[in-house]
Amino acid sequence: MSVEVKELSTDRVHSDHSDALLSVQELRVWFELRRFGLGHAGYVHAVDGVSFDLGHGEAIAVVGESGCGKSTLMKTILALHQPTKGEIVFDGKKLSELDSNEMKWYRSQVGYVQQDPYGALAPFMNVRKILEEPLIIGGVKSKEEREQRVRNDMEEVKLHPVEDYWDKYPHMLSGGQQQRVVIARAMTMEPKLLVADEPVSMLDASVRVEILKLFQGLQQKYNLSVIYITHDLATVSYFSERIFVMYAGRIAEKARVDPLLQNPLHPYTHALLQGTSDPDARNALSYKEVPTGEPPSLITPPPGCRFHPRCSKAMQGLCEVKEPPDFEPEPGHLVACWLYEK
Amino acid sequence: MTALKNSIRDLLRYPSAILGSVIILLLLAVSVYALVTIPYGEAVRLWRGGEEVWYQNPKYAAPAWFNYFSNKKQPVSFAVNTTDGSMAKTITPSSDPNISTVDITYSFDYAYDGVPQELMIYFTSQFIEKFSFVSVSWITPDGRTIRIADMVADHKLTFRFSQDQKLQKRLKTEDVMQAIFVDPESSTQAPLKGQYQLVINGTAFEKDATIDAEFVLHGELFGAAGTDKYRRDLLLPLLYGTPIALAFGLLAALGTSLLTMVIAATGTWYGGWLDELIQRITEVNLVLPFLAILIMVGTFFSRSIWLMLGVTILLSIFSGSIKTYRSIFMQSKESSYIEAARAYGASSSRIIFSYLIPRMIPLLIPALVSSVPSFVFLEASLAVLGLGDPVLPTWGKVINDAWADGALWQGRYYWVLEPAILLMITGFGFALLGFALDRIFNPRLREI
Amino acid sequence: MTQDKKLLRIEKLFLYFNSRQGDVQAVDGVDFALDYNRAVVILGESGCGKSSLAKAILRLLPRNVSKYSGKVMLEGSDTMALDDEEYRLNVRWVGMSMVPQAAMNALNPVLRVGDQVAEPAMIHLGVNKEKALLQAKNMFQHVGVPEGFLNRYAFELSGGMRQRVAIAMALVTSPNLIILDEPTSALDVLTQANIFNVLKRTKKELGTSYILITHDIATSSELADDVAVMYAGQIVEYADAPRFFAEPLHPYSKALMASVPTLRGKKVLDFIEGQPPSLINLPERCRFAPRCHARFDKCEQDPPTIEKDGRKVKCWLYT
Repeated sequence: MSVEVKELSTDRVHSDHSDALLSVQELRVWFELRRFGLGHAGYVHAVDGVSFDLGHGEAIAVVGESGCGKSTLMKTILALHQPTKGEIVFDGKKLSELDSNEMKWYRSQVGYVQQDPYGALAPFMNVRKILEEPLIIGGVKSKEEREQRVRNDMEEVKLHPVEDYWDKYPHMLSGGQQQRVVIARAMTMEPKLLVADEPVSMLDASVRVEILKLFQGLQQKYNLSVIYITHDLATVSYFSERIFVMYAGRIAEKARVDPLLQNPLHPYTHALLQGTSDPDARNALSYKEVPTGEPPSLITPPPGCRFHPRCSKAMQGLCEVKEPPDFEPEPGHLVACWLYEK
Repeated sequence: MTALKNSIRDLLRYPSAILGSVIILLLLAVSVYALVTIPYGEAVRLWRGGEEVWYQNPKYAAPAWFNYFSNKKQPVSFAVNTTDGSMAKTITPSSDPNISTVDITYSFDYAYDGVPQELMIYFTSQFIEKFSFVSVSWITPDGRTIRIADMVADHKLTFRFSQDQKLQKRLKTEDVMQAIFVDPESSTQAPLKGQYQLVINGTAFEKDATIDAEFVLHGELFGAAGTDKYRRDLLLPLLYGTPIALAFGLLAALGTSLLTMVIAATGTWYGGWLDELIQRITEVNLVLPFLAILIMVGTFFSRSIWLMLGVTILLSIFSGSIKTYRSIFMQSKESSYIEAARAYGASSSRIIFSYLIPRMIPLLIPALVSSVPSFVFLEASLAVLGLGDPVLPTWGKVINDAWADGALWQGRYYWVLEPAILLMITGFGFALLGFALDRIFNPRLREI
Repeated sequence: MTQDKKLLRIEKLFLYFNSRQGDVQAVDGVDFALDYNRAVVILGESGCGKSSLAKAILRLLPRNVSKYSGKVMLEGSDTMALDDEEYRLNVRWVGMSMVPQAAMNALNPVLRVGDQVAEPAMIHLGVNKEKALLQAKNMFQHVGVPEGFLNRYAFELSGGMRQRVAIAMALVTSPNLIILDEPTSALDVLTQANIFNVLKRTKKELGTSYILITHDIATSSELADDVAVMYAGQIVEYADAPRFFAEPLHPYSKALMASVPTLRGKKVLDFIEGQPPSLINLPERCRFAPRCHARFDKCEQDPPTIEKDGRKVKCWLYT
C-alpha cells in the first residue's frame, strides 16, 4: 500500500517534435469580449504563446494559480476550445486539419478526468450507464462487448465486485469511488493521453494518495501520457516527471521535477515554492514571503515580462519592455526570464 | 425505480397529495367506466338525441335524489314495458285460434306529494292485416276504476293521457293528471297515496299477432343527474365528459410541457441566433391573446376538439416557462458532466436529450400536473362560449346548453351545478397533487 | 493549571441532528480548552463533524437538532446557560466570531463591503455608522485590503480580497476568539500564504485566539499552536503543534500525516483504506478500529482519553 517515489533516469525532453505524442506549438487561445452582444471590446488572452512536447508514456504537471491559463490550455488540448493561433499536433496529425470522423477518433484518444468527481457524473445515470456512454458514442454496437468493457474498466480502477457498484448512482458513492468512476470513464476508450484537472483536490487527504497511486499504476501499465493540472506543488514530485509553471498565459519555467524543486530559477516559481507549506510546526513562527500584488489582467497584460510588476528582481529597462524568450541555463531546464540571459 | 418508490413514499406524507391522488384516481375510474360501458359511437348518437332516443325522459327533470332533501316528495319518472318483463303480460288464447286476449297489468306505489308531468303508453302490435284492439283502465288506491281509453291499435300507437281529448271530455277536465291522481272528494290538491294499477286489455285478431306496451311516467325527477331541455339524461355527458376532460387536459399538459422543454433546451444549448429567435418568438407569443385566437380558429375553421387541442398546444409551447427552463438549462449547461460529455464526443442532440433534459424531469412533473386544470377549464370555457366540439358530450357543453336555455333564471340550478362541480373537483384534485409534487421535487433541484 | 485563566473551555459538547435514518451524532462528547492568544487547529476529513463543532460552539444551529448539550465556558461563564437572545447580544460576534466556509461567497452582493464589515460593529457595539466605518477601515488596513475598497461591491474583488474582507468582518468587534472554517480551501497558494500572514499578524498584534478548522494538514501548521484531530465526532488526539507534527500518537493521526505529500524531503506515502463511518448509529467501540492496523481485542470498547505529558490521546495503545 505504500507508494515509492519515482526516480527518472532517462532524459525525456525532445528537441524535435517527431516522436512526441503531443506537440503544442505557439498556442494562443483568446476569448473575445463583447459589449452588449454587439461590438468588440478586446480579448482575454487566456493562453498566449505556449509551446511544449509531450512524449509517449510521459507524465507532466502544469502548475499555476487561478487565471494563469492552465485550465484553458487543458480544455484546448481536449478540443473543447478552438485555438486562436498556433497548432496542436497529436500523433503526427494537426488538430486543425481533422475532419469530424477523425475528430471523434481524437476524442477517444484523450481521456478527461475532472476536478469535482460528483459534478463530473450525471446524477441520473448509474455507473454502468455512465461508463457505457463513451462506448456508445464511440460506436461500440454490441451490448455484450460494452458490458465486458465496462466490467474491465471497473476492475481496472478497483471498483469490485463489479456487481456491487454498477447499479449505483453517483450520490451513493464516496468521493474516492466517484473519482474512480471518472477515471474509468476516461480510460474506457483506451486513450493514449490522459488530462487530469486537479484530480484529487476535492478529495480527502487520506484518499488522495490512493487515487494518485491508481493514476500511476494505470500510467505504467498502459504507457499513458498524462498531463496533471494542479496548484498543489507538494504532489507533483510524486506523480510526474516534468513540471511546467504557468503564469498569465505563458510558461515561465519548464524542467524535470527534482531540478525545479531544488533549484527554481524563475522568481515566480521561487515564490510558489516558498508559499507552499509542509506540515512543520516551525511554520507558525515566521511570516511567508509573498510577492506583492495580484496576477495581471489577461485583457491588457503588462508589456514585457508579465511577472515584472511583482518581481523583486525585475531589471529596469529590460523586463518591462521586452518579453523574455526561453533560456536554457541547464540542459533540460528552460526558463523565460532575463536573469538567465547568457 | 427506487427513485420512484422513494418519491411515492415522500408523496404519501402529504395529506393533500393523498386527497388529490384519490380524486384523480376516482376520475380515472369514472373515465374507464364511461368508455367501457358507452362506446364512442354510441355516446355521440345518444348525445345527438332525438325523440326516439330520449322519449322515456321528461324534460327539465331534476335528479331523483332531490327527494332526500325536501319535505315535499316529487314524483320520480320511470318506464316499464312488456318486452323486458318489467310489466307483466299474459296471453290467453280463446276458442277461436285467431283471437287471443292480451292482459297487461302494472301496479306501482305512488307516495309522492305531486302529480306527474305526463303518463304515456306506447303500444307495439305485430299483425299482418287485422288491427288489434286495446282497452285501458286505471285503478286508484281507493278502489275507483277509471276508464281511460278504448282504441284500435296500429303497428305503433302512442297514447298520451293528458293530450287525449276523449279522456279529457270523460273526466270533464283538461287536467287529466289531476283527475286520475287526486281524490275528487278531498279538498287538497295532493294526489292520493297508495297503490295504483294500470290495466290494459288487448285483443289480437290474428294467429301469432302480439301486442306489447311500454308505460312511461314522466315525473318531476329523473335518474341520478336529471335531464335537460332535450330530455337527455345528464348522466351521459357527466360520465362521458370525464374522459374527454381528462384526455384534453393531460394531452395538452403533456404535449406542452415536453415540447417547451425540448425547445428551451435546444435554444439554450445552441445559443446564438437560434436562442435569440426562440426568445423573441416567446416574447411575442406572451402578448398574443390566447383565447381570442382560439375563438377565431373555432369560428372560421372548425370546432373539432382535436384542432382545438392542436392549436392550444401550439400557442402554449412558447410560454413564459421557456424563460424559466432556459435559466435552469443555462446553469446545467456549465455542469462538469456536460463538459465531460463534450470531451468524449457526445453530439449536441445526444447532450440535449440524454443529458440536459433528464436532469429537468423532476422540474417538469409538478409543472405538468399543475397545468392540467387550466387546460380542462380551457376546454370547458370554449364549450361555454359555443365553440365546443359539436358532437361530443362534454361538461362545458352542458353548461353552454343550460346557459342558452336560461337555466339559472328558471331555477334549474342542477343543470349548471353538476358540470361546474365536476370541473372544480378535477381542478382541485390536480392542483393538490401538483402542489405536493412541487414540494417534493423542488428541493432536489437545488443540486443543479 | 489554573482553570479560570482559559479563554475557552468546552466540556462534553454534544450536537446531534435529526434525520430520517436516525440521529446524526455530529459532535459526540468533545472536550478541550484554549488559552488566550493561542491558536488550535481542528484537523479532520469530510464527515468527521468539524463544521458542526464550529456551529455548536457558536450556537448557529439548524432546525433539525435533536440533542445539544454540554458546557461552552467563554472567559469563565457558561454560554450554554444563556437564552438565544442574550447569546445573540452578548456572545456571538462580541466574545467570539466566525469566518464560515466559502466566506467569500457569503458576502452580500448588493451591499458595499465596507457597510457589511461595519454592520456587526453597529449591532453589537452599538456605535453609530461613522464610528463603525472607521473601525471597518482599521480592520481593512489590518488585513491588507486598501482603504479604497470600502466602497466597492463584492463582485469587484478577487477571491483573496473577499476572504480578507470576511476576516475583517469577524475582527471588527474585536472578539477574543475567531473560529475559521476552511478559510483558504478555495484559494491559490500565494493568496493562501497571504491570508495566513494576516492571521499571524492579527494574532500577534491584537492577541486574538483562533480555532482553525481544516482538512489541510500542511497549511494548518502555519498557524497552529495546538492541534486537535477529529474523527467521527470525537477528538482522538490533542497536543501542542511541535510535538504533534514531529510525532503524532494516534494511529489515525499517524496515517493522516503519512498521506500528506511533502515538498521538501522525500517520504513514502501511505493511504488509509476504507471510509470514515457514517455518523448515524455509531457502534460502542473505537470508531477508527475497522481501519486501524494496530487494532487488537480491547478496541471493541470505546477507549478513554489518556493524558500523557500534557498531550491527550483516545486510544487503547497508550494505557
